[in-house]
Amino acid sequence: MNYTEYLPIFIFIVIAFSMSLGFALLSGFVGPNKPDKEKLSAYECGFEPFEDARVKFDVRFYLVAILFIIFDLEVAFLFPWAISLSLIGLTGYFSMMLFLLILTVGFIYEWKKGALDWE
Amino acid sequence: MKVNSMDNLFQQLNEVLIISFYVLLIVGPLLIAVAFLTYLERKVIAAVQYRKGPNVVGMFGLLQPFADGVKLFSKETIIPASANKIIFVLAPMISFALSLVAWSVIPISENLVLANINVGILYIFAISSLSIYGVIMAGWASNSKYAFLGALRSTAQMVSYEVSIGFVIVCVLLCVGSLNLQDIVLAQKNYWFFIPLFPMFIVFIISALAETNRAPFDLPEDESALVAGYFTEYSSMLFAMFFLGEYSAMILMSSLGVILFLGGWLPPFDYYVFNLVPGFIWFFLKVGILLFIFLWVRATLPRFRYDQLMRLGWKVFLPLSLFWVFITATVLVFFDILPNFYG
Repeated sequence: MNYTEYLPIFIFIVIAFSMSLGFALLSGFVGPNKPDKEKLSAYECGFEPFEDARVKFDVRFYLVAILFIIFDLEVAFLFPWAISLSLIGLTGYFSMMLFLLILTVGFIYEWKKGALDWE
Repeated sequence: MKVNSMDNLFQQLNEVLIISFYVLLIVGPLLIAVAFLTYLERKVIAAVQYRKGPNVVGMFGLLQPFADGVKLFSKETIIPASANKIIFVLAPMISFALSLVAWSVIPISENLVLANINVGILYIFAISSLSIYGVIMAGWASNSKYAFLGALRSTAQMVSYEVSIGFVIVCVLLCVGSLNLQDIVLAQKNYWFFIPLFPMFIVFIISALAETNRAPFDLPEDESALVAGYFTEYSSMLFAMFFLGEYSAMILMSSLGVILFLGGWLPPFDYYVFNLVPGFIWFFLKVGILLFIFLWVRATLPRFRYDQLMRLGWKVFLPLSLFWVFITATVLVFFDILPNFYG
């Protein structure tokens, strides 16, 4: 294996992050700095912020995250399968179809349970 | 021996310097392109609404983006007292840097690519997934209700549409048989993939709109409900970095669409005259067309409601793209026309 092709990517990452650090620092340096109590309070349409912002939130967001993990993992399985399908032939094709079938059954169950509904 | 290793070191240092120069050669024009994209957006929307748009600073208002840049740069950086300060500053930096980093593998023409790695598409997929961190960190660190809710919505939306983009990419990979971006373009020598995979092309374009938080899916920044979403508390250059990151992600998504479906740098027909035009001009022309669609859609369509958005992602695009993976694989296997790269 040859990893020299990844050197430009590494250099790119270093340059990109140092650029964004530079932007942030330089602008903090150039701009004025006159903080006061009102300016530094969280924005709430002109009201005093009256409780912590980290409140309870809808459990559906959590559900979406779990569904995302399931389906994104599936995509991760599909990537190597897709590019080597010509080598693994019909066996590979049918085993993936079986996997997709099982997943589809789960997906239909979620749908019927109303996990995908938003009010 | 000593001299030799010194020589070697110099050689490696020289190589690093040359690569850094190339990197700047990509980043510089990219940032200028981003600047003019903001100008173009205002001009296009103005034209749609029968207005003139920016026309005061410079000829035809061409210097407007730079005036905006200087203004944002010289403003005060406000970090709210209740915020987690380090994460608060880190979030826009991550957003901005990640939107640049993916550009290292994009092939602009047959020979113009910085890093020709064999898993190019996976790299881009990974980087675009990482950009969600910028959003959720910003929303959490701000410690403001609008920012928090905006970030929640934004992340849920981005992960939902990322799944369909994944399936769309798998469809293309089935037709190519390689993860390398150059191979993907060259596999479209005879016909571009948007012809056989037309429904997937549409799904890709719409998911790209949702993935980059663009109208009509710009709910996270729904002004009337959530002020500015996850970057409500940001000001000055920290805000500008989110802004630049969003526009650079738009250009990246358009380039990805061009590579996957519109034949990258290949001319539309294999005629002699078309082949005279250098590849990168075709590439930028196609990217420009997709970018124009982004702006056109924003000027035309009203915003989706959040439940409509999630329904479209999970109940329409996900089954459709999953089904299309099945169709593509079945057709390729049973007509025995699978591409064979490694056999």
